[in-house]
Amino acid sequence: MNVLLHQVLSGLATGGIYASVALALVMIYQATHLVNFAQGELAMFSTYIAWSLMQTGLPYWAAFFITVALAFVIGAVIERVIVQPVENAPILSVVIVFIGLLVILNSLAGWIFSYTIKPFPSPFPAEPLFGNSYMSSHELGSIGVTLVVLALVFGFFRFTPLGLAMRAAAQNPVSSRLVGIRVGWMLALGWGLASAIGAVAGIMVAPAVFLEPNMMSGILLYAFAAALLGGIDSPGGAVLGGFIVGVLENVVGSILGTELKLTVALVLIVGVLVVRPSGLFGKVHVTRV
Amino acid sequence: MASNQKPALSRAQLIGLALVLVGACVLPFVVSNYRVFQFTLTLVYAIALLGLNMLTGYNGQISLGHGAFYAIGAYAAAILMDKFGVPYWLTIPIAGAVCLVVGFLFGLPALRLEGVYLALATFALAVAMPQILKYKGFEHWTGGAQGIVIVKPEPPEWSSLTQDQWLYFVVLVCLVALFVIGWNLLRGRMGRAMVAIRDQPIAAQAMGVNTAMVKSLTFGVSAMYTGIAGALGAIVIQFVAPDSFTVFLSITLVVGVVIGGLASIPGAIYGALFIQFVPNVADQISKAAPWAIWGISLILFMYVMPTGVAGFIRIVAGRLQRWRAR
Amino acid sequence: MKFSPNRRVLAGAVAVALALVAAPSMAQKKYGPGVTDTEIKLGQTMPYSGPASAYGTIGKLHVAYFKMINEAGGINGRKINLISLDDGYSPPKTVEQVRKLVEQDEVLALFQTLGTPGNSAIHKYVNAKKVPHLLLATGATKWADPKNFPWTLGFNLSYQAEGAIYAKYLLKEKPNAKVAILYQNDDYGKDVLKGVKDGLGAAGAKMIVAEATYEVTDPTVDSQILTLQGSGADTFINITTPKFGAQAVRKAFDSGWKPLHIINNVSASVGSVLTPAGLDKSVGLLTLQYYKDPNDPQWKDDPAMLEWRAFMGRYYREGDPKDASNLYAYLTAQTMVHILKQCGNDLTRENVMKQAANIKNLKLPLLLTGMSLNTTPTDFFLVKQGQLAKFTGTQWQGFGAVIGSAE
Repeated sequence: MNVLLHQVLSGLATGGIYASVALALVMIYQATHLVNFAQGELAMFSTYIAWSLMQTGLPYWAAFFITVALAFVIGAVIERVIVQPVENAPILSVVIVFIGLLVILNSLAGWIFSYTIKPFPSPFPAEPLFGNSYMSSHELGSIGVTLVVLALVFGFFRFTPLGLAMRAAAQNPVSSRLVGIRVGWMLALGWGLASAIGAVAGIMVAPAVFLEPNMMSGILLYAFAAALLGGIDSPGGAVLGGFIVGVLENVVGSILGTELKLTVALVLIVGVLVVRPSGLFGKVHVTRV
Repeated sequence: MASNQKPALSRAQLIGLALVLVGACVLPFVVSNYRVFQFTLTLVYAIALLGLNMLTGYNGQISLGHGAFYAIGAYAAAILMDKFGVPYWLTIPIAGAVCLVVGFLFGLPALRLEGVYLALATFALAVAMPQILKYKGFEHWTGGAQGIVIVKPEPPEWSSLTQDQWLYFVVLVCLVALFVIGWNLLRGRMGRAMVAIRDQPIAAQAMGVNTAMVKSLTFGVSAMYTGIAGALGAIVIQFVAPDSFTVFLSITLVVGVVIGGLASIPGAIYGALFIQFVPNVADQISKAAPWAIWGISLILFMYVMPTGVAGFIRIVAGRLQRWRAR
Repeated sequence: MKFSPNRRVLAGAVAVALALVAAPSMAQKKYGPGVTDTEIKLGQTMPYSGPASAYGTIGKLHVAYFKMINEAGGINGRKINLISLDDGYSPPKTVEQVRKLVEQDEVLALFQTLGTPGNSAIHKYVNAKKVPHLLLATGATKWADPKNFPWTLGFNLSYQAEGAIYAKYLLKEKPNAKVAILYQNDDYGKDVLKGVKDGLGAAGAKMIVAEATYEVTDPTVDSQILTLQGSGADTFINITTPKFGAQAVRKAFDSGWKPLHIINNVSASVGSVLTPAGLDKSVGLLTLQYYKDPNDPQWKDDPAMLEWRAFMGRYYREGDPKDASNLYAYLTAQTMVHILKQCGNDLTRENVMKQAANIKNLKLPLLLTGMSLNTTPTDFFLVKQGQLAKFTGTQWQGFGAVIGSAE
């Protein structure tokens, strides 16, 4: 029983990682109706920027906020410069551009920063909270950060006019332009925000898994699954999906053994999707003829 | 990207096709064995891409996991040859049949999934495949992480061809046969139903198209094509291992289909040429970050030809015709 | 005037002497493919892209090393031209690239092709084509099979041998150990595991209480560590690659488990594994070594280490001196240069293979003291020795005798 509890809590910790990246995926989907496969690599690259800043002597929080701001700018620039030219192309062509971006970022990171793993500091204390041996302070802290970001995202989309404008621009660009929404800038804003969220996710993840260019590739799959499990247009769903995936993965691994852990976890996730094709909390789209 | 009902080929097109075919037959005698090997692989990828194109280009179902069907076909051929001594040419239709069934069965639950969700389900299949292939329980058949080494087929005495040339022609014959079958399929009722479902699913259903059946069948046929390609690939490379069929293979196939041109049969060949030769070129340009060059080439291709090479050719041909008609 | 008998003898002696001087340079200059008076072509495939791209630095170091050799005049006056191609750790690509190297570039020999799957794919081909397939960068045991594959000769200490050494250590020092094993779910992890199980023999069934695997796509192995800890084991055999090795070391300490922790050679680097994991959390770790760790303070002033650092600074500035792969690559390049030097002017593929199969007591200074490289025509295991070492918190302290004989 003790072991199971341990696994569940550890699953919540890894689930927190998936949740934070899933949030970035949902953000970009809300803004552009596209899933950005390069999100993970952007987050990894942003984390390397943070690391480089800290190497020059900058304290943690200064590097943190500068990186998030830089990530915002980089995300917006990528949208305006690289994605905008293929705006009107078929969806799959845009997906290819994302794949190209993914590969470029991964390759550049390996070339510039080498492949040796680097330890990344955590802002949270090294001693576990209340001396418990189940979850480290960092794991609890990153879950906390994820929940804060979730609240901010939710509030942004629900309660601010800008959030509303962004959702409108993604859903119906033509009508949005007619009411005066600058669709192009909405898209750039969406990318910037998603990139910033990704940077936060990367900075929270790196202390747990060590910083290296392939850090995000495994996480991206689970984050993708988590975002869809929760419903691609629901930020809360994505976070919940992340926790579910994390716990599921660990519990399956400890019960069935690790050799087919990945396979079984994926089968279960896809199974849930078949039963609820829009995810647990996603909006079901009804098309009227 | 609508592909209208294809009329029968015009005379010009038939002549062009014949020339290409003649060129393809002459090729193995004018280049070195190593190049023949590379072109054989290109043909294998072309078959795989045609399969994926049927599903994604003509039927609008996104698959990020076709590498899994390629793997199943490859392993089917390898296990049949290695464990059961089946002759290589017989493994090809068997691998195709296996993948047809598996693809169809996968297509059934996939009916419920649309767009991004289907992409994830297929992606999950591709990610899980290496782990399944390495599973201890199947190790006796699959060779586990070590894989299976296959004996290369010998060309028959009467042909006086080298091994590489013989395999090239075997693959070429398969490709021509599969392309002709595919072309007929896509031109006929099935093809029209597929395209109708892609463009206007509700209208198609209202008109009496059995959407569920067509979509699942398309999945099956698409998997069959890619599985046959996998079997041929295994025979050409003479080796299968889980590392040969990672998720990157599935991504490469999608890249090939889009760059070649969705909903286009010749697109399969353009796409195959891209995924076979561009990585080598990228490697020569930069040792430090070869895949950055590949990524840049992807983005540039999409800027210049968002509808793929086949789409680009169509646009250029259209412009030429209008210019000539002036 | 007639030549006197003495002059005739003298003339004859001079003629014979001239013939003897001329004969070696005429008769012994034999070239195989890829060799000219000024160049020797070698080929390799490396994962410059893909999941194993961390190892691409090995190929880059080789190129840098041969550049240094060439600047000093080359080998017997011939410059080495290493053609290093990317195979992305994908066997079909390895086959394609190796065929290019053999059929198009016509290299003399293959050197340090990396990865078990890729090498498995080309194994039959290179032996059928009779191309020397030397110093493979993988530790699978099947690369030392001169009877069936006379053209393939590996480098690494075999993974199974390493596993067996750990097993023997346990049988001797801790026969009642309850062993938990974490291994990477691929040929490398399974090979070491096999060595451990074979080494433990019948006792293994009782001793091994838990096993867990992970894929390289897994983000962390924390869950696996918890499972292994939950089995009640007091000994942990850690068969991983650097990133996961570091995670395992850290988690095993943080979760309060603290078993007797044996970590495999691939993940034992002070710079790339133990420092990120935490040097304080790595105290007591046990591993097998056969070459000097570049981050180990005990080798700080070692002349061979200083020479290596100078090389890194001058010829391979972008390489990471904390990465043990860069020292490994240096060793293999030195071995290749030795083989080529031994060939003299007979640079046929047959002679290259012959020299590779007859390495006698090659004591490269970056190997641990007391070790040497040896091969014979019936024994293709180049590296047969290792020494167990314990981590003190700052360095790896070798203990016990050098295991395995050089013969």
